[in-house]
Amino acid sequence: MNKIESITGTCIPLLLDDIDTDRIIPARFLRCVTFEGLGEHAFEDDRQQDPDHPFDKPQYQGASILLGGRNFGCGSSREHAPQSLIRWGINAIIAESYAEIFFGNCTSLGVPAVCASRATLETLNQTIQNHPEQEITVDLLTMKIICGEQQFDCTLPENARAALTSGTYDFLAQLLKSTDEIKAQAAAVPYFTSFA
Amino acid sequence: MSNTKNLFDKVWDLHTVKTLESGQDQLLIGLHLIHEVTSPQAFEMLRDRGLTVLFPERTIATVDHIVPTLSQARPFADDLAEEMMTAIEKNCREFGVTLLDVNDSRQGIVHVVGPEQGLTQPGMTIVCGDSHTSTHGAFGSIALGIGTSQVAHVLATQTMALGRPKVRQILINGELGPGVTAKDITLYVIRKLGVQGGVGYAYEYAGDVFDRMSMEERMTVCNMSIEGGARCGYINPDQTTVDYLKGRPFSPEGAAFDKAAQWWLSLASGPDAKFDDVVEFDAADIEPTVTWGITPAQSVGISETLAPISSYPEDEQTLIKEAFRYMDLKENQPIKGQKIDVAFIGSCTNSRISDLREAAKVVEGRHVSEHVKALVVPGSQLVRKQAMEEGLDKIFTDAGFEWREAGCSMCLAMNPDKLVGNELCASSSNRNFKGRQGSPTGRTLLMSPTMVAAAAINGCVSDVREMLNTVPV
Ligand code: SF4
Repeated sequence: MNKIESITGTCIPLLLDDIDTDRIIPARFLRCVTFEGLGEHAFEDDRQQDPDHPFDKPQYQGASILLGGRNFGCGSSREHAPQSLIRWGINAIIAESYAEIFFGNCTSLGVPAVCASRATLETLNQTIQNHPEQEITVDLLTMKIICGEQQFDCTLPENARAALTSGTYDFLAQLLKSTDEIKAQAAAVPYFTSFA
Repeated sequence: MSNTKNLFDKVWDLHTVKTLESGQDQLLIGLHLIHEVTSPQAFEMLRDRGLTVLFPERTIATVDHIVPTLSQARPFADDLAEEMMTAIEKNCREFGVTLLDVNDSRQGIVHVVGPEQGLTQPGMTIVCGDSHTSTHGAFGSIALGIGTSQVAHVLATQTMALGRPKVRQILINGELGPGVTAKDITLYVIRKLGVQGGVGYAYEYAGDVFDRMSMEERMTVCNMSIEGGARCGYINPDQTTVDYLKGRPFSPEGAAFDKAAQWWLSLASGPDAKFDDVVEFDAADIEPTVTWGITPAQSVGISETLAPISSYPEDEQTLIKEAFRYMDLKENQPIKGQKIDVAFIGSCTNSRISDLREAAKVVEGRHVSEHVKALVVPGSQLVRKQAMEEGLDKIFTDAGFEWREAGCSMCLAMNPDKLVGNELCASSSNRNFKGRQGSPTGRTLLMSPTMVAAAAINGCVSDVREMLNTVPV
């Protein structure tokens, strides 16, 4: 796995609270056996109802960092939500806070989902609205968001940060290493042995 | 064993294989439930890496999300749905996993089937690629919703990497008023603590209100823990739990059952158990509750009016304004009397036999309002069969409800059951997100199944308490 130490790119602002997974990718698009093609349907229903939706605006096409509000990604555990954002082109998210399963899914897919204060988000939001071409860097080594001359603090739980920056966010390889210990542990759990 | 440990910590410790470099624990999983929506990509990941399923007997599959409920005959009319069915059948066959398919009398919503079959047991770690896995916590298990990558991890290793959450005890004592159900309790807790209040926590529900509940009611409460932001929710196992499990197909039998029961009961948090946080509510404060907005925390008691936008903290007002706009409701209006278009009794929150029995009591001898489309979707084929043996289907159909086959149906409308346009639906499900019930502008009011029944009959949001002791005319 690649080490993910920083993400640089332009940004798409969506500074709304409680954006749920059904809005990120409406359920009718989940009738599929692969994640391919989910990108084009990201926020489909919101976009239809809001002619000004940022995901449709020409100035934000090509953005790789998503700016969100509080409790981003609440709702379903479906990985289709981060997968559709990734396929749309998002490589990092900056928001005030996240729903836990969504956050875990992002991390395991190598997408840093960092938290920033409301004030930071509002400043970034303003900057992006005025200068959509402005590149932003999310630096996981220093935990700073760099936007031109400005720098802001951001946070990420240490275990997620370590997993991303050391390239071990795909846990499968690590988990596979302990097959013997897994079997030994299972033998100690009463119901694994049918209460024998 | 030290008796300061709560159930969550006892079960977590027992299943910890090791602590990973990242600081997360590698947690052994006792029961893995899968369904057709979140598993195909996971099996593909296994194929890509040439991996097999480590403990195939610990994974059980069913189909629920995309299954049509008018007729389950194959092939499904929807090609995409049919493709997903074929995929899960093929995957289960190739990887040696048991599948309760549509032609199996045990098929149904994954969170109804697990407990019904006795697969769900106290002390287990249970995961499923579905956030409402929290339902299974009703048995005193750690039950977590996971993403598709983690589904692959569990298939391949029977473990996953997870940070240990804190544990908050939610204590509710006292007498519930008439007509107040498990659904009202869970909506009340979410209203009080917010949709994000539980982030970082597992919820332990304790107090005499939960002690008195049936297993089905406990499942309703735990089901919606996730809507309050909690990682999972659970209730300590007691004699009710043991009695429920006795004689279920996957429960231990004979001497093993007695041994199991003893172990299950020993896991409960004792009187000295420690928690990271304790929140207390009084049962008497809870009314039949209805959501009016676009998050499950935006709810009111049936006798309340909708608080004006200005009464909310400033940083919430944008969202509240949007909720009023989307729902097309007015500040200060009562929720009672709000006209509805559709009534849906179903979903993993409220589609069990006791839910249908209670709703049928409200419906019996009455008729669905002319302008309302009403449907009952049992949670499993066994619930459906049981209900038909009791004549509940007849009560519902006589009253003008449609009586359907088992599945998720209009809870998230991945099958043909959908709202149309901006229809307003009284729903016993768990999410009132924008567009959740299949129409991008469709609107959902969450409430208990008896409240849905009352709304269907009257054609508008109603106080079920006014119908409980009155004989239909
Ligand atoms: S009934 Fe609804 S919430 Fe429950 S598993 Fe099905 S879609 Fe998910």
